[in-house]
Amino acid sequence: MKTFKLAMGLCVSAVFSAALKSDEPGWKLPAETARLKPGPGVEFATANCLLCHSADYISMQPPLDRAGWQATVQKMREKYGAPLPADKVDAVAEYLAGQYGKTTQ
Amino acid sequence: MNRRTFLSNGVKTVAVLAASAKAAAAETVRLPFANGERGLVAYPQKQPLIRLTTRPPQLETPMRLFKEAITGNDAFFVRYHLTVAPPAEDLLRPAKFRLQVKGLVETPLTVSIEDLKSKFEPVEVVAVNQCSGNSRGFFEPRVIGGQSGNGMMGNARWKGVPLKTILAKAGLKSGAKQVTFDGLDKPLLPQTPDFVKALDVDQANDGEVMLAYEMNGEPLPWLNGYPLRLVVPGYYGTYWVKHLSEIEVIDKVYEGYWMNPAYRIPDNSCACVPPGTKPSKTVPIGRFNVRSFITSHEDGERIQKDQPVEISGIAFDGGSGIREILFSEDGGQNWREAELGEDLGKYSFRTWRARFVPKKTGEHKLQVRAVNRTGQSQPSEPLWNPAGYMRNVIETVKLLVA
Repeated sequence: MKTFKLAMGLCVSAVFSAALKSDEPGWKLPAETARLKPGPGVEFATANCLLCHSADYISMQPPLDRAGWQATVQKMREKYGAPLPADKVDAVAEYLAGQYGKTTQ
Repeated sequence: MNRRTFLSNGVKTVAVLAASAKAAAAETVRLPFANGERGLVAYPQKQPLIRLTTRPPQLETPMRLFKEAITGNDAFFVRYHLTVAPPAEDLLRPAKFRLQVKGLVETPLTVSIEDLKSKFEPVEVVAVNQCSGNSRGFFEPRVIGGQSGNGMMGNARWKGVPLKTILAKAGLKSGAKQVTFDGLDKPLLPQTPDFVKALDVDQANDGEVMLAYEMNGEPLPWLNGYPLRLVVPGYYGTYWVKHLSEIEVIDKVYEGYWMNPAYRIPDNSCACVPPGTKPSKTVPIGRFNVRSFITSHEDGERIQKDQPVEISGIAFDGGSGIREILFSEDGGQNWREAELGEDLGKYSFRTWRARFVPKKTGEHKLQVRAVNRTGQSQPSEPLWNPAGYMRNVIETVKLLVA
């Protein structure tokens, strides 16, 4: 009986959500609100990392140590073409390890 | 709002604040791993889904929405790779959008969606699409990438034209080895690799790979590839190129970034290596392994002693079909057969259910394990690889019996 009630509830909610659906996409995405955490180097990281992806791409990653962030920034530069001079990789990795590192959790 | 406004509005304001606090709380979920806090956000044509990233959009389906075999278009997961995604409306409108077929073909083609619908016999298939990195957040040790729970998957009825038919109309020239697929989602910078995928000619011609323009009886949602996407039944979502605008037949193995080194798995039968190590040889990711889930209940839910409940969920594999689903109410010590739901085809989710009567109080570890028609099943311990692909361990849902 309990199961039956649950199924009824699901049917009602399915009909309700179908009614909310639109055939036209609307063509407008929610605003990007995620920002990098403040800290030394945040302006440089924002300019270089957030050119191609949002800040939540960084904040959802597991906590990485300095070497882990270094390798990730290196990959972004070499494989994805992040417009970051080679001598600035350390600075960005330093910022990320400081704000999104294992010790900052 | 300043303090004066707050005081003058009195009780009403407090109520509004309480309501908005409640709404804010309802708009986030916490996936069960470090940095697992996510917003639940409604996108165009979508109900609120778990947002992994804003740009490009990556949205995960909450597990409670997998109670039926077919996943609704408004619940279906979203995964993009590149910055300029999804493509803007003006590129996708029927008057503008064209699919080009070129390379090693006798007759290059330029076709509209209307051409595909009116000049070719449609076919349909019910098939699961699953992200290669579905469940990556559960990898231990953790790995970099999209950090999803188990919801980067979905099952839909796809309608379109077999790729084989289009390739036959273009006419393959001798020496054709692979076919590449490119969509209208694009990188921001010219030096960032465009998202292009490749299949061997034999697979492209297997009659099952489809150019799909409909999903569950409607045009594809914008965020799922409108107006046309590749459907590769049984294969990971990386091959299901969205907003598909260019097909090229080539005489060699395509070695672009998204085929090599990206989306590679260890070249062995388990696609795994000892945790924390690197494989010596890799191959492109291919078919799904076997997976199954409990979707009727969430981890930590409370139920009553001696009250029968129906436990249910879904299972799927890479295309042999599900033969048997086993259910355990004691953490995998004892297994019994679950009842299978309707068979919607070998590429579809298969629903299942089992009756459970908790006889004692305390924590119960419920598990489900599927076996496919070639006898493959799921491991009791998770397998690991450096990219965080193909997790298919037997999952556990803990219920608290009071």
